[in-house]
Amino acid sequence: MTAPYIGQSVKRLEDRRLLTGAGRYIDDVKLPFMRVMAIYRSPHAHARIRGIDLAAARALPGVMDAFSAADIDMELPEIPLRLAPFQGFERFLQRPIAQDKVRYVGEPVAVVIAEDRYIAEDALDLIEVDFEPLSAITTIGQAAAGETLIHEDAGENMGTRYTVGRGDADAAFAGAAYTRRERFVTNRHGAVPMETRGLIAEFEPGTPLLRLHGATKVNFFNRRHLAAAFGLPETAVELIETDVGGGFGARGELYPEDYLVPIASRRAGVPVKWIEDRRENLTATNHSRDIICDLEIAATEDGRILAMRGTVQGDMGAYIRTNGGVVPSKAAQFLPGPYRVPAFSCDVQFLITNKTPVGTFRGPGRFEANFCRERLLDMMAADLGIDPADIRLRNLMQPADLPFRIGELVPGDPDATFDRGNYPSALNRLLAEIGYDDWKDRQGAIVDGRAHGLGIACFIESSAAGPPESATITVRADGRVEIRTGASSVGQGTETGLAQICADGLGIDMDAIDVFHGSTTLVETGGGTFHSRNTVMAGNATRIAAETLQRRAVELGALRWNCEPGGLTYGDGGVSRGDEGLSLAELAVFAEARGERLFADASFDNEKKLSYSYGAHAALVAIDVATGMIEVVKYVLTEEIGRALNPAMVQGQAIGGLVQGLGGTFLDHMVYDEDGQLLTGSFADYLLPTSDGLPEITAIALEESPSEFNPMGFKGAGEGGIVAVAAAVGNAVSHALSAHDISITELPITPDRLRRALRAAGA
Amino acid sequence: MTGRHRIVLTVNGTAQDCEIEARMTLADCLREKLNLTGTHLGCEHGVCGACTVIVDGAAVRSCLMFAVQAEGAEIRTVEGLADGDRLSDLQQAFHDNFALQCGFCTPGFLTTAEAFLTENPSPTRGEVQSAISGNICRCTGYVPIIDAILDTAARRRGDRT
Amino acid sequence: MKPPKFDYFAPDSIDGALSLIAAHGEDARFLAGGQSLVPMLNFRVAAPSALIDLNRIAALRDIRIDGSGDLHLGAMVRTRQIETDPVIRAANPLLQAAAPHIAHVQIRNRGTIGGSLAHADPAAELPGIVLVCGADIHLQGPDVRRVVSADDFFDGIFSTAIAEGEIIAEIVFPAWPKTRHWAFREVSRREGDFAMVGIAAWFDTGADGAISAARIAAIGAGDTPLRLPAAEAVLTGGTPGPALFAAAAQAGIADLQPGDDIHASAEYRREVGGVLIGRVLAAAWERTP
Repeated sequence: MTAPYIGQSVKRLEDRRLLTGAGRYIDDVKLPFMRVMAIYRSPHAHARIRGIDLAAARALPGVMDAFSAADIDMELPEIPLRLAPFQGFERFLQRPIAQDKVRYVGEPVAVVIAEDRYIAEDALDLIEVDFEPLSAITTIGQAAAGETLIHEDAGENMGTRYTVGRGDADAAFAGAAYTRRERFVTNRHGAVPMETRGLIAEFEPGTPLLRLHGATKVNFFNRRHLAAAFGLPETAVELIETDVGGGFGARGELYPEDYLVPIASRRAGVPVKWIEDRRENLTATNHSRDIICDLEIAATEDGRILAMRGTVQGDMGAYIRTNGGVVPSKAAQFLPGPYRVPAFSCDVQFLITNKTPVGTFRGPGRFEANFCRERLLDMMAADLGIDPADIRLRNLMQPADLPFRIGELVPGDPDATFDRGNYPSALNRLLAEIGYDDWKDRQGAIVDGRAHGLGIACFIESSAAGPPESATITVRADGRVEIRTGASSVGQGTETGLAQICADGLGIDMDAIDVFHGSTTLVETGGGTFHSRNTVMAGNATRIAAETLQRRAVELGALRWNCEPGGLTYGDGGVSRGDEGLSLAELAVFAEARGERLFADASFDNEKKLSYSYGAHAALVAIDVATGMIEVVKYVLTEEIGRALNPAMVQGQAIGGLVQGLGGTFLDHMVYDEDGQLLTGSFADYLLPTSDGLPEITAIALEESPSEFNPMGFKGAGEGGIVAVAAAVGNAVSHALSAHDISITELPITPDRLRRALRAAGA
Repeated sequence: MTGRHRIVLTVNGTAQDCEIEARMTLADCLREKLNLTGTHLGCEHGVCGACTVIVDGAAVRSCLMFAVQAEGAEIRTVEGLADGDRLSDLQQAFHDNFALQCGFCTPGFLTTAEAFLTENPSPTRGEVQSAISGNICRCTGYVPIIDAILDTAARRRGDRT
Repeated sequence: MKPPKFDYFAPDSIDGALSLIAAHGEDARFLAGGQSLVPMLNFRVAAPSALIDLNRIAALRDIRIDGSGDLHLGAMVRTRQIETDPVIRAANPLLQAAAPHIAHVQIRNRGTIGGSLAHADPAAELPGIVLVCGADIHLQGPDVRRVVSADDFFDGIFSTAIAEGEIIAEIVFPAWPKTRHWAFREVSRREGDFAMVGIAAWFDTGADGAISAARIAAIGAGDTPLRLPAAEAVLTGGTPGPALFAAAAQAGIADLQPGDDIHASAEYRREVGGVLIGRVLAAAWERTP
């Protein structure tokens, strides 16, 4: 494959090592004298700790140490807030290990350090904890009632509560010809990457140096807080990224274990490894998506939206973790979606329960908001006798409406503005691709004994929030070109994408490029990897670095030839003057001889101006009414991403996101009983989507509207595949069964729930 | 027979000698004793398929088999698929089809598919879907994996070059 | 998720296995395919003192058809063999048709029929098939060998008629008439998951076109796989067709005794079990032997 690489489906640089078993994930890293750590976790959802007996565990041969909070000789820090740090949350922060109380099943209570994981688990079996069980709060309603307090000092179970909006929603409702209110429930589920979390901590003996392997996502943020917790200067803490088996929002945040593993290493004086097992993963890693949304819409008789208002209540679990506030706050922000909604008001509540704390999962708040709004739009369309596509086309913002300032819908967030775009175009493309006109009069048709339905949904999705991103390009004397970036990789192809940009930027072959990322030592600073920001932020930083490096090369060429730089040109990986040329490698050697290096350092800052991707989803479903079994026959999505860096990788993000979304719509569900026990603590009960029952998928990336907020025109492409899946499928199922008055308002959609509704309708 | 067991097994064509506890799973033996860390543990209860290896020609979950049971067995892991520096046709097809992202599940898909294609050289798309239904991938949405396996089958049959 | 310590033995004969289980007492367990037992060990919900591995006992791997056409399967015949073996296909097509529904190929490559019967998960396929086929389970003890019919084998959830110190030696399926009508259907959350509910049935017709013999079994619909005697009674002597099958489904529902779990309510299992009875009988009738 030859330049230009940008825009081509360049094969991934990461693949070879991963295909041959030579990848290095955290559990593949072995250090001399390393020991392993395992965690005794609370079996109770809510209990007071009366005593902990570690004697038998400590006495087991092969066990080096066992400790609980009382044994730790440092102040236990609070795990900080990173995103959505709302006033009030400071009362509900988690410390790395339980002290007097446990507040969810899975909360760390004690730690053992042993020769291997087998012995460590033997030791866990010997730990005796005297618990005094307390009544557990397992629903949003119980939390709001507040009869039991989970954090007594806070005096309530409301993490925080606020109202956001724009315009006068109540006035609009008072005068509206049409209004409808519905309650929607989205299911608690999570990212569940295939590789569980894991860390290795090394406290260098005798020196105040903490090295933490297995970091990812937001290494520089995490380093700052770990350094503070352990009383070290930031430069004495190194976070090192290995290959990462998927993130999807959950991995790389600060968790209790990020503190416990270093504590264990410092106590033991040797490197300590902790690998989360799957049972732990399902209770210890952030859950997500658990909200109840009461949403009301006001419109004219011809279906023009006048206002929306509602309440979002989020089940936060037992503590507010680093990004726990994101789902409810972003759900509220994205409720109006890509539509003209003149007035909007939302009461947002964050409720503490005795469940695993929550955080983000791909498309946080968007997946939920789209489901609520798009279902309600279809209900309104049916009420008013308007076709669902028409009602959307009638209300979507038009190109002339953009850019549109949506207002301050998240307290403390910078003012948000939808950038330019053509939302109806993305919907029209979808309608054409799915053959909407053929289907719209056949909704509910019985074909081969199954009821068929087509559902559509529109979305808008932000990308690239957060701090600036860094990139440094260095040309080595052997001609290798090295990119270092503060961005991380969670398995999405970061190395390939940045190498494409660098190769084009310097006019060189991709094979000459090495990409290093995710080390706080190799790289000075970085914003990290979240919110679909790598291509936008690190991509533009790499581009700027390449441009700077070109100028530097010309300067060096001028010195080498002892001439004015004005007569030199940069191109094809080198500097030329007439017929003469100097390659980057030659310039690097020349620079080295001068005691310099041929390198360029860059940072890209979008000044908080986010890029908004947008698009639409369509699902065609076939339902066996007698069994409630649903097949998604066909799925089409369109997503405007500004510019596709690597179309095959973009396609991979879209299809991968979509299939994850099908899981969240039909399968993934963290189910708790009334005592706060997690009933889905294994993969036999927590169901992830498999290759079984995949629809025929068409994912179309549109490049009609490049972002104006970054020079390369990228919009994030990591989340558009997932955000409207439940919305489109919920609409499709409701259309298929409209003859039976079935209206999907709760996720997941399961055969059992569907049959219950059909039974009630006499079908 | 208490305590430790001495076993001899052949892994990727090489005879290996290990001393292990009876309770050590085959997966842990490969990873910890033989340093073949390409075999990954995703769930340790037989659902995710990441730890799939080929034992005497059959794809099995190495988390649900004890190493001591593999005494005398011929085992093939992801490390044994490539021919030196040359990717196998199946690995190449995964690369060409963008059939991996994070790569954690990939070894299990490769071993599952390798054993499957030996048994069924001319699969339908549905048969491939079914053959990999015991392997979970969180990144790709499966579509490119299915494409890669079908491509490999076609190439092996000579339908495609 | 690492298993607790245990002693391990791998005898090469049934006698060897029996003397080991006798010596190690009730805390010892046989290890067949391990596809249910090893997850329980990894979760540490089972902690046997010793595992007696049956995988080296050649005598437990027999597949043969005897003089009267009965199919004999050793306890250690693997699910994947049931799925693919041509001898089994000819001898009992229903058994073979159910096999692909059992988990996934990697599990079927290790899992065994004896292991599945001994584990006795009420939602598992093979116990239901053994029941509907009226197979006999041959149990070998230290002194005697006894035969328990499938009807008497399953006692409750994860509980069977196997006595302490006994081993399943073989399972014998009665000869299968070539003209028999049969079918199997189940609904599960995903391919390979345990059935929320499943139905297996067969019937034979006489010269007069009426049903001369019929058996129906349900899985995932009670504490054990269940025969549905009321439905069988409706079928026997009747003329195959939609009316009869609907009546059988109606009668069959009454014999389902499902419970709730997170995947499906009892109500769902009962209702859909009834739907499947009708569908299975129709499919069986449509199948031209």
